[in-house]
Amino acid sequence: MALTIAKPTSAVFAAGVAALFGAFFGIFVGTATGSTLLGLVGGAAVIFALSWAAATFLRGQEKAARWGFIVLFTAGGFLFSGVPGLVLGLIFGTFFGWLTFYVASGRYRTGLPPYSTPRQVLWHFAFRTIAGLILVFLITPILVVMPLSFNAEDFFTFTPEMLSFDPEGYSLKHYRDFFTNSDWQGALWNSVRIAPVATILAVGFGTLAAIGLSQPHVPFRQAIMAILISPMIVPLIISAAGMYFFYSRIGLQGTYLGVVLAHAALGIPFVIITVTATLVGFDNSLTRAAANMGADPVTTFFRVQMPLILPGVISGGLFAFITSFDEVVVVLFVGSAGQKTLPWQMFIGLREQISPTILAVATILVIISIGLLTTVELLRRRSERLRGMSPS
Amino acid sequence: MKLTHTLLAGSALALVAGAASAQDLTLVSWGGAYQSSQQKAYVEPYVEANPGVSVTWDESSAEAVAKLRAMNEAGNITWDLVDVVAADAIRLCDEGLAMEYDPDELLAPGDDGSSAEDDFGDLIVSDCFIPQIVYSTTFGYRTDLVPEGVEAPTDVCSVFDLETYPGKRSLEKRPINNMEWALYCDGVAKDEIYDVLATPEGQDQALAKLDTIKDEVIWWSAGADTPQLLADGEIFMGSTYNGRLFSVIVEQDQPVGMLWDMQVFDLDGWIIPAGLDEESQAAVEDFVKFATDTTRLADQSKYISYGPARLSSAPLVSTHADLGVEMAPHMPTDPENAKNTLLYNYEFWADYRDDIDAKFQSWLAK
Repeated sequence: MALTIAKPTSAVFAAGVAALFGAFFGIFVGTATGSTLLGLVGGAAVIFALSWAAATFLRGQEKAARWGFIVLFTAGGFLFSGVPGLVLGLIFGTFFGWLTFYVASGRYRTGLPPYSTPRQVLWHFAFRTIAGLILVFLITPILVVMPLSFNAEDFFTFTPEMLSFDPEGYSLKHYRDFFTNSDWQGALWNSVRIAPVATILAVGFGTLAAIGLSQPHVPFRQAIMAILISPMIVPLIISAAGMYFFYSRIGLQGTYLGVVLAHAALGIPFVIITVTATLVGFDNSLTRAAANMGADPVTTFFRVQMPLILPGVISGGLFAFITSFDEVVVVLFVGSAGQKTLPWQMFIGLREQISPTILAVATILVIISIGLLTTVELLRRRSERLRGMSPS
Repeated sequence: MKLTHTLLAGSALALVAGAASAQDLTLVSWGGAYQSSQQKAYVEPYVEANPGVSVTWDESSAEAVAKLRAMNEAGNITWDLVDVVAADAIRLCDEGLAMEYDPDELLAPGDDGSSAEDDFGDLIVSDCFIPQIVYSTTFGYRTDLVPEGVEAPTDVCSVFDLETYPGKRSLEKRPINNMEWALYCDGVAKDEIYDVLATPEGQDQALAKLDTIKDEVIWWSAGADTPQLLADGEIFMGSTYNGRLFSVIVEQDQPVGMLWDMQVFDLDGWIIPAGLDEESQAAVEDFVKFATDTTRLADQSKYISYGPARLSSAPLVSTHADLGVEMAPHMPTDPENAKNTLLYNYEFWADYRDDIDAKFQSWLAK
């Protein structure tokens, strides 16, 4: 693959690139210790000096120099702020050691065609850096929540004990609270009771609607489709207020059935969209073939059509499930205290008593969501493979 | 087919389980430690004495006024008893959303023989309001962030003293209390505060005083915010309810101290929503009579440091249920703590709230 030959670059260039990253991370270190500007300038200067020295004098001994970076940063971090500094130092030392030699040795160009202009090379790496930053930006709040949920104190605070990795600072008590507190267990039970039933209703109605709307002879298809997927587009608070008054009038407000129906309505659009998408790839001559062989429409549906669109149905169902499981606005209106769901309980918890139990629950829910989304992705790949849309 | 059957049976079962039992009371409160003190002091003994009753809590007191209005409009009252601050009780009573009651008829007489009306005295600030507790809004500060060589603050005006006590402050995101403290610290005599605040010049004066610390203020809206910020060390000092500070200092053992100077007293209590059917109303009245008697109100102070609203309960205040700490010195009403206090002025704020709110919000946005 590597058509381009790595050509060593100047020490100043390598140090300059490293200094850019040094300035960026320096902003965070600086802000944490009091002065953003000092962090920026200091980070850039220190990294530039180190990288320049390494690229100038130790170019031959890359391995030794990179170990040198790691030792230097780790020791520096430890002296500066104890164990947390040690961990950060280890990460930074590894990163900057690698970066300096990656640039200095010219290895960074080997993955690119030899005719790339410097501008194209710059964009190639800038694009990856930006994408990486966006990922970090999106995922950091979730990552911060996880260690905090093991906090031994009742606040959302990284205590000094936690930062020095003292086992005393960590505890499972918030998880224990979640599994023993009757409020949380009641809420979990309600969510578990509501979400699957709402999902089944949403999948049933949504699949039927999608199949119906995929028939070319149905009149006003676009208009009906728009109405059916409107719960996804109309702001939730409006649907919620409308449902509240309507359900109050017909006696469904504050009942289990009311919440299930409301959540089913919110889930149907997801099912319609995913099933409609799967139906695009469905060959209608198969149903005609089945009819030709004597199958009635119901048999055709269950034996021919359903197995083929099943991945779409299941992923729609998972979205409907997550919608119901995560939903707080509609249930606040349509439900009464007897239907308090997990998100509702979390909402209360955040407002009245900032308790890390919420973080423990959030961690558990994140893990469940990751599990569900992984399932969706695997199913999608399986369906593509079955339909021959992707090699492998 | 089998699948359909199981599903149908499943949803039918779930429906049956979801139906309310005969005597289900829905109580509305604030959640957190306060609600659990009510659960332990009122509900648990009541349910023990009346096994047929079950209680569901709804933590919606913060939006009780709006929700009761919506319920009234929809003609579907789903709450039986609502815990609100006195100001909200007055509004709900004026709008006819809360039931008026006769204290001597609905509430038990005091243990010392006084009538309910005398026992609660002036605290019955509205014909609908059944008082439970006296609480106060006051300041807590980080003891480890007090600058070296300076004494810990004891005076409410240290909030405005950025030179002696640098650092962030947290204040509630509304004019109530903040305006009073600002005028007081700007040299207005305590008994003239509301006269001054009634004039546009007085309001400007208060805002000008708040302006001097505006850059250092983090505004809070939920009672849990200031304790969290204090525990984090994000702020040097901040206002919150005295019970929250008790929890941070005594129960959570954080490096936090508190001021009692110029604490603002306020009341919290029950209202019974208007328009309940007869059966639920009888059930609620029975519960209220039990939950507001002398013993129950005194019992609540075992779990949280708010003062009982009955005079006859005060001598019964004892020690914290888990920690064994003597509770009387942590009560806002303790004479040692109540040397310099302010009482929330319901009439003034009922008249001026909308105007001053608008002014305050536009000042905030500046």
